Amino acid sequence: VRLVSIRDETDDGRVVCKLQEFDRLVRGGASTSSLESNLEGLAGVLEADLPNYKTKILRILCAVARLLPEKLTVYTTLVGLLNARNYNFGGEFVEAMIRQLKETLKNNFYNEAVYLVRFLSDLVNCHVIAAPSMVAMFENFVSVTQEEDVPQVRSDWFVYVVLSCLPWVGKELYEKKDVEMDRLLSQIEGYLQRRVKTHVSMLQVWTAEKPHPQEEYLDCLWAQIQKLKKDRWQERHILRPYIAFDSVLCEALQHNLPPFTPPGHMPDAQYPMPRVVFRIFDYTDAPEGPVMPGSHSVERFVIEENLHCIIKTHWKERKTCAAQLLSYPGKNKIPLNYHIVEVIFGELFQLPSPPHIDVMYTTLLIELCKLQPGSLPQVLAQATEMLYMRLDSMNTGCMDRLINWFSHHLSNFQFRWSWDDWADCLSTDQEKPKPKFVKEVLEKCMRLSYHQRIVDLVPATFSALIPAEPVFRYKYADESAASLPGYAISITVGNAIKNRASNEEILTILKEVPNPNQEDDDDEGETFNPLKIDVFLQTLLHLAAKSFSHSFSALGKFHEILKTLTDSDEGKLHILKVVYEVWKNHPQMIAVLVDKMIRTQIVDCAAVANWLFSQDMAHEFSRLFIWEILHSTIRKMNKHVQKIQKELEEAKDKLEKQQHKRDMDKNSEDEEGQLEEQIERLQEKVESAQSEQKNLFLVIFQRFIMLMTEHLVRCETGSVDISTPWYKNCIERLQQIFLMHHVTIQQYMGTLENLLFTAELDHHILAVYQQFCALQL
Amino acid sequence: MSVKLHALYSDSYVDIGQYRDQHFKGQLGEQEKLLKQSHTLYVGNLSFYTTEEQVHELFSKSGDVKRIIIGLDKVKKTACGFCFVEYYTRADAENAMRFINGTRLDDRIIRTDWDAGFKEGRQYGRGKSGGQVRDEYRQDYDPARGGYGKLAQHRTTEALNSF
Repeated sequence: VRLVSIRDETDDGRVVCKLQEFDRLVRGGASTSSLESNLEGLAGVLEADLPNYKTKILRILCAVARLLPEKLTVYTTLVGLLNARNYNFGGEFVEAMIRQLKETLKNNFYNEAVYLVRFLSDLVNCHVIAAPSMVAMFENFVSVTQEEDVPQVRSDWFVYVVLSCLPWVGKELYEKKDVEMDRLLSQIEGYLQRRVKTHVSMLQVWTAEKPHPQEEYLDCLWAQIQKLKKDRWQERHILRPYIAFDSVLCEALQHNLPPFTPPGHMPDAQYPMPRVVFRIFDYTDAPEGPVMPGSHSVERFVIEENLHCIIKTHWKERKTCAAQLLSYPGKNKIPLNYHIVEVIFGELFQLPSPPHIDVMYTTLLIELCKLQPGSLPQVLAQATEMLYMRLDSMNTGCMDRLINWFSHHLSNFQFRWSWDDWADCLSTDQEKPKPKFVKEVLEKCMRLSYHQRIVDLVPATFSALIPAEPVFRYKYADESAASLPGYAISITVGNAIKNRASNEEILTILKEVPNPNQEDDDDEGETFNPLKIDVFLQTLLHLAAKSFSHSFSALGKFHEILKTLTDSDEGKLHILKVVYEVWKNHPQMIAVLVDKMIRTQIVDCAAVANWLFSQDMAHEFSRLFIWEILHSTIRKMNKHVQKIQKELEEAKDKLEKQQHKRDMDKNSEDEEGQLEEQIERLQEKVESAQSEQKNLFLVIFQRFIMLMTEHLVRCETGSVDISTPWYKNCIERLQQIFLMHHVTIQQYMGTLENLLFTAELDHHILAVYQQFCALQL
Repeated sequence: MSVKLHALYSDSYVDIGQYRDQHFKGQLGEQEKLLKQSHTLYVGNLSFYTTEEQVHELFSKSGDVKRIIIGLDKVKKTACGFCFVEYYTRADAENAMRFINGTRLDDRIIRTDWDAGFKEGRQYGRGKSGGQVRDEYRQDYDPARGGYGKLAQHRTTEALNSF
């Protein structure tokens, strides 16, 4: 991170330069003694600049507190030194921080607010803030647990903030105010025991408790703080530069934090979602070198927290991010590579979704492998192996991400992998997670290379898991198809297309196609004729099969015809059926064609959803490409609604501006009238789009409920265990819909409860809905 | 937030590069403006055998791809090792610059750069022999890009003919 200068009318090179230099030093992993002398020097410079640049310095330091949490203790030390030299500055800084905290909370930036409070709490260690006033702030935070009728995630946050500061300041606060702190902790304990934890299972990466239980994040942190307390608050991991300056700092006068009342709950508040702590390694896993701190040690919390902060700060610049992760202070005392890999996978598999885009993690891991070629790839391989071994209980959505990560990673390393180590997946039913995983990985690897490459890559024993060659399947290919009803016309149509016939000519040719759904010759009106669609589309796509671009061009050229043929719901469903039949060996092609057809309105989103859930597609139900298409469809629908909503807002803004002008200029009434009309039209468009969006979700949920109910009834009647691989996949796919689109779905809670997820529903299905509701309670 | 800090974070992977299209038609500074708003990326150092499907699979990892135009040899009309990838949004293109640029496709490290926008004609290589300029003069042997550079190939052929 470069501290780039504040653009201000009065550009003050010196202050900013000094801070930039200092930041570079901190980033570069300066030695402790170098750090200390630089801190001293910087404090001197800034103190001298205070008369002229106080506001600027305050602003930068506040921003640093909010945005560079991994360097917390370095900058609190700096503030401590400044406070020792200039008491008033210290007071003004604390006031500025409180203002910033209020603002941050108001704007729902809860993660940054945590960093601010942690900064304040570490200022107690630097003799800037008096311990009793910090305890008072914590007491106010914890009193939120007494509030009634507020979402649990609200009180969760306030408890989390307090607990997460204690590794830094617990010792100091206990030394000064042990009675109050004990009371505080016992209040927290009471709250944690009352908390509802229905949401936890929906957020766990594995359904199994072994080898590592995945704890709810507050439970884990509580256990860590309990242990810290038992150890009499001795915390040895955090780098504390202020210790070296103790003689200077303890001379400083401290400030009291002003009484801080937590802002009240607002209906539009978006508190952070609960999470589960991801653990894959323990002390038995790092074979040589330093031992991994235990899962309930406070060191584990601090290390993980710092690594998460580094990623949060540097995710856009992978080289810097990797370098910063690998130069973590104190790295020689911990198995750093293991922590890094665990934290990265923890983020990648986080439910509902990773904090950053998936592909970032792939590239970051590659960068780390480049920087530590002798050690990191081995840890990564070890982790991959462990993830493979636990596939049976891995959440389906997480497995999707693992598939995408692993295949993309391999494509950067010539697909080298010891596939034979996974030979156990060959001896089991292909619907089980392990063979399924390998199949999907090989399919994705093929997409990034080509079929023969995959054949050459895997041992011959794996041939059953190799994807099909992605070739077109043309029904009317040759004379062996001559007996098929559409054969003759397929040739005529094919020639017409090749000779650039007009749409009218082609439609005329297609009129000759008999309709298997009708008994009499009735070519009045455009009744649904599945054979017509079949003949035309198969032939067209066959001619355009060479590449995506060829196929897109074909869809574009014959858009009119396709729209005519798919005028009805049945037509839309059938076109999707045909696309699948011809390209079933090339799921990637199916996905891009469906995408194109939605965007050019040949089919609509609900048609795609109905098609994916149809009986014809039941045998593909657990394949990844089905769900990629479904989620892509939902995303397109969501973006469409957002786009029109934005247009409406912009038109409304324009109208407002126009109305202001009107007060000054009588001639603009016409424009106003036009705008009002436009707004009315857009309003209708928004309502129609929102209604379509809601309908899409209702269709999806209905189909899930139908499928699952069928399964449960069948199992009950046959006295069979419901927990088949199919069922696990189905229920987790339903959960995935809720999790991935929770923002949109929140709008429909009323309808969902009254219409679909009613008390009459089988409790297995209802449980998914209840867990989802529990996420934001 | 009343604090206006100019990028406490740097985001250097997204910065526009040094390359400017010499054939670009427009005022001074216009190309830079377009590059800074662009949703289109130029992708270089592809193998001649890399397909549109492979490009689509990789670049879809940063967002929905609107269109891909494979670069062609002007004479042979076959792929000559570059392409354009257009996204629906700038944000998706930025993520490609951050996370796909400099990684491998078809075993080759590919390079992405901002492009001012596809125009008909820009899908063709501008080298004398029909491919890309870089393939005219390079000295190394690259089997995925037609072997030796064109100049070296000509020289070899001439040398052989003069025997």
